[in-house]
Amino acid sequence: MSQMMTATKPRRNIELLLLLLALVTGIGANMLVGLEADQPFNDDFFIQAGTLTGIVLAVHIVLRFRAKYADPVILPIVTALNGIGLAMIHRIDLATGQSAAASQLLWSAVAIIAAIAVLLVIKDHRILRRFTYISLAVSALLLVLPLVPGLGTQINGAQIWIMVAGYSFQPGEVAKITLAIFFAGYLSTNRDLILLAGKKVGPLQFPRVADLGPMLAAWLVSIGVLVFQRDLGSSVLYFGLFMAMIYVATSRVSWVLIGLGLTAVGGFVAMQLFSHVALRIDSWINAFDPEVYNRAPGGSGQIVQGLFGLASGGLTGTGLGQGRPDLVSYANSDMIIAAFGEELGLIGLSAIIMLYVLLVTRGFRAALGTRDGFGKLLATGLSFVIGLQCFVVIGGVTRLIPLTGLTTPFMSAGGSSLLANWIIIALLLLISDASRRPVARGPLPDDDLTAATQHPVAETSKQNSTNGAATEAVKKQ
Amino acid sequence: MNQAIRNTWVIAIAMFALVLGAVTYVQFFAADELKANAWNNRQLYKQFGSDRGSILVDGKQIAFSEPSNDQFNYQRVYDPGGLYAHLTGYFSLVYGATALEDVMGEELSGEASELFIDRAMAMLSGNQPRGYSVGLTIDPELQKIAHDVLGNHSGAVVVMDPENGDILAMASTPTYDPNKLAGHNTSEVVENYEQITSASKNPLYNRAIEGDLYAPGSVFKIIDTVAALESDEYSPDSTLQNPQQIDFGGYSLPNYAQGGCAAQSEASFAFALQQSCNTPFANIALELGGERIQAEAQEFGFGQKLSIPLRVTPSVFPDDLEGAALAQSAIGQRDVRTTPLQIAMMSAAIANDGTIMKPQLVDTVRSPDLEPVSSPEPQTFSTPTSPEIANQVTEWMVGVVDEGIGSSAAIPGVEVAGKTGTAELAVPGQNNSWFTGFAPADDPQAVVSIVVSDVDVQTGGQIVGPGAKRLLEAVLNQ
Repeated sequence: MSQMMTATKPRRNIELLLLLLALVTGIGANMLVGLEADQPFNDDFFIQAGTLTGIVLAVHIVLRFRAKYADPVILPIVTALNGIGLAMIHRIDLATGQSAAASQLLWSAVAIIAAIAVLLVIKDHRILRRFTYISLAVSALLLVLPLVPGLGTQINGAQIWIMVAGYSFQPGEVAKITLAIFFAGYLSTNRDLILLAGKKVGPLQFPRVADLGPMLAAWLVSIGVLVFQRDLGSSVLYFGLFMAMIYVATSRVSWVLIGLGLTAVGGFVAMQLFSHVALRIDSWINAFDPEVYNRAPGGSGQIVQGLFGLASGGLTGTGLGQGRPDLVSYANSDMIIAAFGEELGLIGLSAIIMLYVLLVTRGFRAALGTRDGFGKLLATGLSFVIGLQCFVVIGGVTRLIPLTGLTTPFMSAGGSSLLANWIIIALLLLISDASRRPVARGPLPDDDLTAATQHPVAETSKQNSTNGAATEAVKKQ
Repeated sequence: MNQAIRNTWVIAIAMFALVLGAVTYVQFFAADELKANAWNNRQLYKQFGSDRGSILVDGKQIAFSEPSNDQFNYQRVYDPGGLYAHLTGYFSLVYGATALEDVMGEELSGEASELFIDRAMAMLSGNQPRGYSVGLTIDPELQKIAHDVLGNHSGAVVVMDPENGDILAMASTPTYDPNKLAGHNTSEVVENYEQITSASKNPLYNRAIEGDLYAPGSVFKIIDTVAALESDEYSPDSTLQNPQQIDFGGYSLPNYAQGGCAAQSEASFAFALQQSCNTPFANIALELGGERIQAEAQEFGFGQKLSIPLRVTPSVFPDDLEGAALAQSAIGQRDVRTTPLQIAMMSAAIANDGTIMKPQLVDTVRSPDLEPVSSPEPQTFSTPTSPEIANQVTEWMVGVVDEGIGSSAAIPGVEVAGKTGTAELAVPGQNNSWFTGFAPADDPQAVVSIVVSDVDVQTGGQIVGPGAKRLLEAVLNQ
């Protein structure tokens, strides 16, 4: 096992210190926004600062009891991102007269409480492996929900929303998690089988047709999302998630090649068949063509205005509250990166991107450290999906790739996205706890954690008599 | 499996690297190009969306920014619109900024480099950066009279304090309403602009300092007179030849038939100026030569760049003149072109002992908290002649008003110095009528320069002389 022994100290005090720093950043940004609008310390400000501080500290306290070896950097990073996201949404509210910040705060609270619930209820991520196929069913349900007549709603041409009691919700965000759980469970159980069978062509070993099942399922889900929900961004996200997890499970580049081949075929066919995909690509390539710029809907006006915003920010930015991010449509959701680039400049935006880099890296670190294959796959999948989402969003805003309507994790206005991403963070925290927790040398603590660990061991050894690394790792416990 | 995790991490990092590269490209390398893009209204929004400073006359705002409920946040307002249009100019989304809105743009927007320290202090103290206000030297009462004097005619008026160069009034007609060009509805602004500029006399020109300029006619004789007195060939007592006409073989330059010039075939400077005879001054120019007349004109400001801080079109006295062309030019005809401000500067030199103070329209620039930050000091523009000659010419100019053809400008109990001018235009019977002068002659409070164009002699005379009288009276009554 290439297991690097990390420090086995809990490091919760460092987390608390960093957390205070993150809160100062987020609340400070919100204060600057208020100062700029000549309304610094009103009730809203204290409610927002108090709520964020209270619930984030609650997470910290829960971690002290439930997962005291969890990575101490993850929670502060996410808190900082959520905090400055709230500040920017508040700032854009002031310019546009919306009141998105209040609902974003409410959703932040809901999402963080959900994260606490995950920490309290699940306790050990390995339990989730039991729910492999249930997760598949839930994923299918979540993806189909927006298509159910009467429940699903089409917003901006994408059929990815459901309306419940006046609230719109994007079930696809949560499907990221359930799909990751399914794939982690399925692949950690079947990876040996998939690995051993198959033909070798040159240096590449290709899988058996029968083992292509999950790959095809992934492909179908992605294409289905693209075709029925008209959501290119989520489609790319799901497919990227599958590809990363299949690669990590098999370590076979051939799978990635097959996947990319399928993507290319699917993408090409989609471009031919579906105008919304073709329009996206056209407004990406010909963004500065007057006809494309003025086309409504589906023109490049949004992306071009976003680029203008970024350009006007330059190196140092205009300063919070001094730019005109309100000139870009969806400034507080899809285009929030452009708003940050404008007001905080290249330096500020780079700092934000570095926070994501650190967050994703800590997720991967948890994947490396944890001893079970399921946890490794799950952590990798969840971390990669955050990274990929950042890539798709920021790449779209900067015209590196076509712009798709995805949220920027933790920052964009949007409850579903916040909820899903905070649950992902809870899972990563649990996995990192398992990864950093010292291997028990004495008798195992007498709590239900033992039961949770023993179940997968039994299952794995029954199914796979050949020794995979994951099985071995679990056995050692 | 761990190796695959590491590889996947590398891919994730590679994606972030790509994204960082893209952000750097857009925000740094491509930023200038994107900022210059025609679709990029951000600079405009920034410029137009700021609380721009006011332009003030005697403490009252004549141009200011008012909060508006559109995406620009502020609307520029001109009050009263037409009276100060040529001074303020307009601040238009479509046509940019003109006049003071243009030349004082950095102060009005608060971005001038000399205001850097103030700006930094404002930033540190948490104040919003706001524009600086610009106070003018204009006297609102004189400005109204100046407009009134011109009435429906096309022309211009300049009233100036000869001792410090302060411009007390500067009017140009026809005028326009800058509010019509400062609106945020661009199609409406374009329509208004086309309507304004379709007039036969373009109202956008500030005729006092720019536009097609005017032939000065006889007011130019002051420069001939100074040139003569500065030369060795003439003295104040010289007797000038005053033939009824000068023949140039095919063309002859006459004295004005209806004036008093015909009474004498020889004339003193006093008489020649009083009756505005042409041939004595043509003779002076022919004797001194074109170069010396041109040099004298240049000392008075012809051909020189000037900003007050509005940019003034230099007046023109052509090169290499001789014969008939020189004779005609000496009486302000042919290709000599001037601005009413230049003529006011000429009178100011006579009024101020031979020294022209640089004309100045801006009195004080004030910070948003009304602290004065700069206030132009009076500067000498040039010294075209000596106090002796200036006083001599003043005396003769008093005679023009007291005994000569400028009597319509006379003010009871006050010595007014003046000179009339009439320049013939290409259309027969149409003239530019001029009056320039100052009062009181011994202690000049203000110089006046008035021109109306495209009028017959009588109409012009009824406007410019009495107009000057009204303006000078208003100054003296203060």
